[in-house]
Amino acid sequence: MRAPVLSRWFGEAEIAAPPDIESAALRSDRFRLEREGDWTRLEDILKRMERGSLRGISDDDLLALPVLYRTAASSLSVARETSLDAATLAYLEALVQRAWFQVYGPRKGLIGWLRSFLFGGWSRAVREIWLDICIAFAVMVTGTIVGWLLVAQDQKWYFRLVPSQFADTRVPGASREQLQQALAGQDETSGLFFFSASLFSNNAGVAIMAFALGFAFGIPSLMLLVHNMAVLGAMMWLFAGQDLTLEFAAWLSVHGTTELFAILLAGAAGLHIGRSMAFPGTRPVLTAASEAGRRSALVMTGVVLMMVVAAMLEAFPRQLVGGTFDRLLIGGTLLSLWLAYFFAYRPRRRGDEG
Amino acid sequence: MSSTPPLTTGMMEKRRRVMITPEGVAVPITVASRGSRIGAIILDFLILYFGMLFVFLLLIWAAGGLIEDVMAGADEQVQGAAEFLLVVLILAIFMVRYGYFLAMELGPRGATWGKRITGIRVAARDGGRLTAEAIIARNLIRDIELFMPLVFLMVAPTGEAGAAGVAGAAWFLLFMAFPFFNKDAMRAGDVIAGTWVVEAPRIKLAELITTRDNAQGGSMLTGTRYEFGEAELGIYGEHELQTLERVLRGGSTEAIIAVHETICRKIGWEPGAGDERAFLEAFYAQLRARLEGEMRFGRRKKDKFS
Repeated sequence: MRAPVLSRWFGEAEIAAPPDIESAALRSDRFRLEREGDWTRLEDILKRMERGSLRGISDDDLLALPVLYRTAASSLSVARETSLDAATLAYLEALVQRAWFQVYGPRKGLIGWLRSFLFGGWSRAVREIWLDICIAFAVMVTGTIVGWLLVAQDQKWYFRLVPSQFADTRVPGASREQLQQALAGQDETSGLFFFSASLFSNNAGVAIMAFALGFAFGIPSLMLLVHNMAVLGAMMWLFAGQDLTLEFAAWLSVHGTTELFAILLAGAAGLHIGRSMAFPGTRPVLTAASEAGRRSALVMTGVVLMMVVAAMLEAFPRQLVGGTFDRLLIGGTLLSLWLAYFFAYRPRRRGDEG
Repeated sequence: MSSTPPLTTGMMEKRRRVMITPEGVAVPITVASRGSRIGAIILDFLILYFGMLFVFLLLIWAAGGLIEDVMAGADEQVQGAAEFLLVVLILAIFMVRYGYFLAMELGPRGATWGKRITGIRVAARDGGRLTAEAIIARNLIRDIELFMPLVFLMVAPTGEAGAAGVAGAAWFLLFMAFPFFNKDAMRAGDVIAGTWVVEAPRIKLAELITTRDNAQGGSMLTGTRYEFGEAELGIYGEHELQTLERVLRGGSTEAIIAVHETICRKIGWEPGAGDERAFLEAFYAQLRARLEGEMRFGRRKKDKFS
């Protein structure tokens, strides 16, 4: 037995190794032992960050984090080329990945994000999809007209279009008094709270669906818009037949200006995704889809908020406020508020917003 | 990084990616397997279901008293309170369904409890920051991916919706099967949000084998010093070295005896008994020294066949 290889190793060790690392025979092990302290320190910081408490981390550690992260990353590249210790390599890979997630993790908390969303982010996202909003608006108007024309031509269409839950007394052939009754307010609040909550859950579901269906190049989103608006057109025809157009518009406008606006935005958001996937331009399809998706997600978060407002309006003011003028006033004010918020409110973009 | 550790199996190898961070550091990453993602979503829904069931029972327990009050002839206010509880319930179900996923994936771990248990997390596909918008987008899409197919699957066989129901079921099944049609196992929500789901291993730093006494001095049992020559060490490559490492780190005694016997036969030694571990640790240390020495000159030996 001879040991030429080993003697060469030992020879080098005598020159270079610091005292506490003397025990290691291999150069790659000495490399590891020299840096182990930094690695475990990084791991310790990461463990505390992942637990979600930044308070438990000292300023020194926080400042050291980026440096330690880069040290670990360079250790990994060196170890890949010099070490065959699979366990150390696996550890380093996992460590660098974990550190990377923390260094490049979400910088803002949920509260901070909400603030930037409400003060600028939301309205900017809405303005960015203006073209899709225009298209969706045109589609909605078309849907209403189609609904009107269909029912005007053949009354059977009314029963096909309008879901039975709405068609209690509001059917073709109903008297003016019956229709007026349906539009009148109620005196008591009992049950309205529950009503508004279930309305919200239902409407938000429809809006989210309109958005999610945008994935199929936006066509199902548009179909959903047409269908919903055709119902509206059919009901408008019914009330117009008894000269109640203004009353109906007032009754609808209380919550409708908010709700229809929200549905418009949801459809536009879905269309935005579909359009950028169908026509990605010079970008790869996946990049185009994810850019559009993130922008639309902002709009959609706002849509859910608008749905909450709409449900509250639908349950309380619409049922309690009886006057046509009062109703129009509420609806008109809200519409102008939304328009002002989306298109006139343009705060300066802050540096840290992504 | 052109080199990947040969320790991984073929299936694992397929799922390995390199993500380039904004400052140009290459971070190795493994795309989560579809199985672990299905496991995670099932766990998440079990957690949600039992969490809501618990809250619901709590509410019934609290409202049960109210109902008794009504029976006792109390006033309208009590009814108002019961109604309020119902409203809380409806809003809570909505909030919980979306809020759970949003809040958990926005947190520092980037994963729901189900994902944490299966050891995976959400990450931005481009290597950049994982933004709130991306998390929202990927969770909103879940509705048509998971719930719509289930609804249509339940409706379609009844024939209630006719041919449209069957077409709808087929269409939405496409979304459900989406992760199986791309190599990164992305679901439609991931495509829209620009995210993917990757493995998030948490590995402890294992102790060194080469600094053990067996590997350096001589056997702790017998005091024998195992020295191997060029001919014996030249047989094996990196793959065998790392297999040996796995055996030494966590293998059973039987495995150690078997490996010892195989190596002895291969290098032409007479296999002894009782001192296998010391033999293997010494062999490991010297084989690694040799292979790493060659590595520095740019010569790598992948396995015993090369």
